Amino acid sequence: MELFVFVCAAVMVIVGAVGVVVRGNPVHAALSLVLTLFGIAVLFVAQHAEFLAAVQVIVYAGAIVVLFLFVVMLLGVDRAEDLRTDSLTGQRPLAVVVGLGLLGVLVAAIVSGTDAVITRGAGINGATIDTADANIVQLARSVFADYVVAFEVTSVLLVVAVVGTVLLSRRRATDVRPVSGRPS
Amino acid sequence: MVDLLWLVPAFPLLGTVIMLLLGRRLGDPRSGWLATLMPTASFIVVVGIFADLLSRPAAERHHVVNLFSWIPVGSLHVEMAILADPLSITMALFVTGIGALIHLYAIGYMHGDPKYSKFFLYLNLFIFAMLMLVLGENLLVTFLGWEGVGACSYLLIAFWHTRNSAAVAGKKAFVANRVGDFGVMIAMFLAFGTLGTLSYSGINEAAHGGALAPVTATAIALLLFLGACGKSAQLPLYFWLPDAMEGPTPVSALIHAATMVTAGVFLMTRIAPVLAASYHFAPMIIAVVGGVTALFAATVAVAQNDIKKVLAYSTVSQLGYMFMAVGSGAYVAAIFLMVTHAFFKALLFLGSGSVIHGMGNEQDMRRMGKLQLLMPITAMTFIVGWLAIAGVPPFAGFWSKDEILLYVFANNRGLYAIGLITALLTAYYMTRQVIMVFFGEAHWNDHSGEHGAHGDFVPHESPRIMLVPLVVLAGLSIIGGALQLPFSSNLHFLDRWLAPVVEESQANIAGTWASENKYLLLLLAVVIALVGIGAAVAVYLKRVINPIEPRVLEQAWYYDAAVSRVVAGPGAAAFNAVAWVDTHLVDGAVNGVATLVRSSAGITRKAQSGFVRTYAAVIGLGAVLLIAWFAWRSIA
Amino acid sequence: MIAVVVQPTPMWYLLLSAVLFVIGTVGVLVRRNPLVMFMCIELMLNAVNLTFVTLGRQLNDISGQTIVFFVLVVAAAEVVVGLSIIVAIMRRRTGANADDLADLKG
Repeated sequence: MELFVFVCAAVMVIVGAVGVVVRGNPVHAALSLVLTLFGIAVLFVAQHAEFLAAVQVIVYAGAIVVLFLFVVMLLGVDRAEDLRTDSLTGQRPLAVVVGLGLLGVLVAAIVSGTDAVITRGAGINGATIDTADANIVQLARSVFADYVVAFEVTSVLLVVAVVGTVLLSRRRATDVRPVSGRPS
Repeated sequence: MVDLLWLVPAFPLLGTVIMLLLGRRLGDPRSGWLATLMPTASFIVVVGIFADLLSRPAAERHHVVNLFSWIPVGSLHVEMAILADPLSITMALFVTGIGALIHLYAIGYMHGDPKYSKFFLYLNLFIFAMLMLVLGENLLVTFLGWEGVGACSYLLIAFWHTRNSAAVAGKKAFVANRVGDFGVMIAMFLAFGTLGTLSYSGINEAAHGGALAPVTATAIALLLFLGACGKSAQLPLYFWLPDAMEGPTPVSALIHAATMVTAGVFLMTRIAPVLAASYHFAPMIIAVVGGVTALFAATVAVAQNDIKKVLAYSTVSQLGYMFMAVGSGAYVAAIFLMVTHAFFKALLFLGSGSVIHGMGNEQDMRRMGKLQLLMPITAMTFIVGWLAIAGVPPFAGFWSKDEILLYVFANNRGLYAIGLITALLTAYYMTRQVIMVFFGEAHWNDHSGEHGAHGDFVPHESPRIMLVPLVVLAGLSIIGGALQLPFSSNLHFLDRWLAPVVEESQANIAGTWASENKYLLLLLAVVIALVGIGAAVAVYLKRVINPIEPRVLEQAWYYDAAVSRVVAGPGAAAFNAVAWVDTHLVDGAVNGVATLVRSSAGITRKAQSGFVRTYAAVIGLGAVLLIAWFAWRSIA
Repeated sequence: MIAVVVQPTPMWYLLLSAVLFVIGTVGVLVRRNPLVMFMCIELMLNAVNLTFVTLGRQLNDISGQTIVFFVLVVAAAEVVVGLSIIVAIMRRRTGANADDLADLKG
């Protein structure tokens, strides 16, 4: 059963990812991204990280991708990009080299290193998973007790991000109207 | 009293500063009187210090006044310090004394000149520099004065700079001196490099104690002698002195007779222990150069017609005597001649200046004659100077020259012969000069038609202010011999006075043939002087023999022309080659580095394309390589 | 029902996340539209999240999921700020892509 779930989710992830890279239209790319995110959420559930799966769907697929689509519509950059050629010479071959190289290195590292990581890493942190508590309880205990400082700092980070965004995207009085002729 | 030594150079310096600020306002003659006051004040202080030193026992006549720490850099510690010891006080005495007299003379001589106050500014500055030279406690302070007098010499020779010959002569003097200065500088580097000190006491003690290797001592001594050749106009580098007569006569008297040109002899005497510690050929080189120069200049003086040029070559010749003495180990005799030479040469120059002034700026002796009736005091004092330089007893010059010839005989018979012939020629050409100027027939109106219609020109005696120094110097030339009479060692005042400085380096001639027979040599010197005088009288007064004045002598053996040919030809080629190396190789290397950096930067800047995706790709590539390396390290 | 012979081991998950990561990297290098480049970065972040969760499960440690929690928060903040920058730049020149922003050219 787990194999079936894995295969389906993996297919969703890969197809979505390839779609993001390959689709010329940004809106199509965003939708492919949603497919990938759903696949990841399924894989989270298979790994018994149910809370994270829920959060993934709500925050990532529900908020971040929607934000992307908002910006796409706002700026009017929904025209399809010409993907047949690349204006920078050597960029495509270089991208292929980097991609294949990275893949090779990562696979080698994973294949040879996973056992070592597991045997050496066992018993580092005492907060184990397979207890009677539900996943969200364990996660809450970890976040609010062991990593509470990081939690507070990320809340500050969020405030900074909001303030920064408001400041950055303010329209000043001297701003030139967009040339495209749309009514602003 | 000795602690007031700093006042001695301070007075002329003060004079320079005042003249700089107020000179033109003070004008003629007040600036001259102010300028004369300064060396006079210095002279009084020096006399006081002299008395102070005399009251001390001989071993304690050495006092250093440290003004301030000049160069405290790393291991080089040079103080601005001045030294009062017998040698420096002797020099200071006649520099300030004769300097004051010449200042007084110049008040009258330069009257009416538009740059009157500037002249005295330069003169005071010169006295300051000369005092720093002689009073210096270490080589660097002396060098400061050395360069200072060179600069002042340039300024004063070219004083009437609108005259092209004067400007050229000034440059010539400066450049010739520079060649010598190069030697002094290298010697200083050597001294510091091997001994770590530049002070005379340090260097001389090292030389005494054997800490100075003969090679180094020879190198230092000969390099300093190169500097002395430049400053004291010896044979390789003498050619600037005759041309320096372009300057006003007080300048010729002060700088080119009495003081600056003696700086070379002074320096060699100061480092006498170093000379004694060097190989034996070093003093011999010095003596030979001195002797050859003396003979050379004496032969040239025989054929000169300018009243000052005769005296210029005579100075070169007498300086040659002094170096012969130094090379023969007779330091006291050299200083003795330096002092008496200062007296009578300054007298002769000032006298010639008086003649020039009275003749309406005429300097050619062929247009003078029979001036003794119209300029009696000038004539009388000039004759005293003539007798002194010719070596007629009991005038001062005889005793000093005889002392030198004694030591030279003990050193080398050949040099003695040269010295004797030179003495003969000296008597000859000085007599010739006296006859042509003061006796014989009057030629001053021979070409009066050429000078325009101003009728019969009559020369006149000079004003009193110019005659007073002449009389004083004449008196000194008469009694100056008393400093060191050869008759008994009780009368060797100068010997005893200078003993702390030169005693260990002085050659000892007791027991040699010369010392045993010194009265014979004395008599020989007198006879030679009289022969020379008699010959000149026969040629120029009685007109019994024809004068021998070949062109080669008049042109100074074509030495000047030869030097010009060498410098302009191969010399200029060498200079151009060096300049080429500097421009293309040295500058080229520096500029080449800059060009290399710029071109390599121009190539590498192409990596900054500005495209974010390129940067991302490169980052990705780098990350791949890094991870691969770490993975390989942990896996393999 | 198909007889299940193999179980997906953790290594499969890790390999999947590696592939996802590489696809995201290649996407960043190849795409010119800044918004799509951003989306590819999100792909990379998701790959990392999957890795963390997998390893956390293997090591029996809840910290893996905690880290993913924080990564999600930071990713959200980053997207917000990044998009506002893009808005600020692209507002004036619509139709621009990443290659037009080459002012840092040396």
